[in-house]
Amino acid sequence: MAAYESFFDALGLRDWCDADKTDGPMSMAQLLAQTQGGDAGAEGPVLPFPSLDVLHEACHRIGQTRDVTEGLERGFLDIRPELKLVLDPITQPLSWMLDGALWVAEGTPWWIMIPALLLLSYLVSRSKAVTAFVAAVLVFFAVIDHYDVAMQTLAIVFVCTGLSVLFGVPIGIGMSKSNTAQRLIVPILDLLQTLPTFVYLIPLIFLFSVTESKLYGIAIILYAIVPVIRLTDLGIRLVDKDVVEAANAFGMNAWQKLSRVELPLALPNIMAGVNQTIMMSLAMVVIASLVSAPGLGVLVLRGIRNLELGVGIVAGLGIVLLAVILDRVSKAALARVDQQRGH
Amino acid sequence: MSAKVAIRNLYKIFGPRGAEMVPLVENGMDKATLLDRHGHVLGLRDINVDMAAGEITVIMGLSGSGKSTLIRHLNRLIEPTAGEILIDGQDVMRLGPAELRAMRQKRMSMVFQKFALLPHRTVQQNAEMPLSVQGHDPARTTEDAKRWLARVGLAGNEQQYPAQLSGGMQQRVGIARALTANTDIMLMDEAFSALDPLIRSDMQDLLLELQKELQKTIVFITHDLDEALKLADHLVILKDGAVVQQGEPQGILLAPADPYIEDFVSDINRARVLRVRSIMEPVDRDTFDGDVSPDSNLERLIAQSDGDTNHVYRVVEDGAVLGQVNMQTLVKALVPRVRSTDRTAAR
Repeated sequence: MAAYESFFDALGLRDWCDADKTDGPMSMAQLLAQTQGGDAGAEGPVLPFPSLDVLHEACHRIGQTRDVTEGLERGFLDIRPELKLVLDPITQPLSWMLDGALWVAEGTPWWIMIPALLLLSYLVSRSKAVTAFVAAVLVFFAVIDHYDVAMQTLAIVFVCTGLSVLFGVPIGIGMSKSNTAQRLIVPILDLLQTLPTFVYLIPLIFLFSVTESKLYGIAIILYAIVPVIRLTDLGIRLVDKDVVEAANAFGMNAWQKLSRVELPLALPNIMAGVNQTIMMSLAMVVIASLVSAPGLGVLVLRGIRNLELGVGIVAGLGIVLLAVILDRVSKAALARVDQQRGH
Repeated sequence: MSAKVAIRNLYKIFGPRGAEMVPLVENGMDKATLLDRHGHVLGLRDINVDMAAGEITVIMGLSGSGKSTLIRHLNRLIEPTAGEILIDGQDVMRLGPAELRAMRQKRMSMVFQKFALLPHRTVQQNAEMPLSVQGHDPARTTEDAKRWLARVGLAGNEQQYPAQLSGGMQQRVGIARALTANTDIMLMDEAFSALDPLIRSDMQDLLLELQKELQKTIVFITHDLDEALKLADHLVILKDGAVVQQGEPQGILLAPADPYIEDFVSDINRARVLRVRSIMEPVDRDTFDGDVSPDSNLERLIAQSDGDTNHVYRVVEDGAVLGQVNMQTLVKALVPRVRSTDRTAAR
């Protein structure tokens, strides 16, 4: 006799339990016990924890644990067409942007691309040392024939970081203005940051085709947008209360306060958030190569799959180098902003 | 003279149900009891102050007396729990958000204890801020800001950032910013408290000089009695959120209304603060040891008399005889009503 059967008998629920009794699929424990030649009911512990599977044995009206995961899956599949109908058009521009950026990165000859990137790093960082370092790294990639993949990775990082900032900063501003918004959004950010990255790839794979660029685009943005939101919120909340009070005392309206006082004063924090966002999207690019993102990540994946040690390590170090140049350039920009204020 | 700014029966009680606490406070519940029984903090209790146009009204009190809270009610940076604030007879409490912003832009400017300048903007841009907020023509804005910066002694510093300036110079930027706003009311919240004593004295002189020229209605907050006496035309003393005494500063000094104020005034140099006008008496003789101006302070008169307490001086202003000063009266006026030894014993 299964555990807890007498419990249901005592409650007088036996008839209710056994109504339309069918033999449901076996639980994992039963299956294991059966293959080992024993009887699940007889050999179990005296008082097993009343889990769903155990209670199911005693009363068939109670569902098994597998029903939970199955229900989740069925529920998701049920709303999938509607979800797709809404999400597909909204996210389509992301595919275009990523494909466009990749087309530019692959199509532009190196003798235009490298000087253009160097000019960009100089304009952002205003530092000759940083620009020289970027030049050395780009030349290194070209020499070891990793230039194309590095450019693909860079293109993806640029698009995803740009969109993260575009959406993240306004969300951060909204959070800083309302404690309710902050209470609601912080758990979502925690979730995005701690959920294993592979886990949120799963619903995305169900929603979009793996051949579409937006699949990995969304995965990267969801993962990388968190720091820019958090630090925008923090930056605006940390703006000197006295200065905000002065802005009020001189009759600034909400928009003037935001654009003339809060955002400029929060800029160092926001820039730190952008720096982190760049780093995180670069980290995600490797995982995104599982769902067809091109770039250095593909080589890392090949290294793992085929145990090609050299290929994996070179591509891995390539990602590190990209991370270092992106970090140095964005940090130099941050330092420049700080310096402008005469500190 | 009608009041430029009038505060009527103003109450501020901090806490979620402040309005319900007003009747309790009206019936005389004190700050400690209110906090103890109802968990609300009494900020201001029944404040009534008239501030005359063109005068400096100094609100003085120790920290926690509610003076910074009070000044923030004038431009509604803090909302009162009950009461009226009239500016030129108009109730500030009835203004909608847009009208309130317009009032802050055009009628009141403010100078802050910690300067509150925009760190990412130059001195020039900081001084332009009040006008650029109003969307004025940039050429006029630039010119106005430059003129006021020069007036407070910052010509040549326009392109520097606030962090490159000393505290005194930063506060000059703060004053220039308030002046550029071209409002007739200026609120100064402990404007000089963060400065070194010497610089503070310079800034007080600058303010008095500007005031002689501009005749603004200035509300000045301070915890420093010497500063209050130097600047005030009208002095308001706050304690635990209530007005203990208000009036002409010399009068408060000579006739403190309660032990708290006596305590306050006992430590200052009365000879330097009191003026001949405050202690003169009607003329009752013909011969005098000399003439003095009614605005000269007692210190100067003591120097003039060479310490001789038998002298009697004639008070003369623009050729007219106003009264006389007996040196013995002067000496008595120098002694506070309660001596510090008595106070120590009483504690």
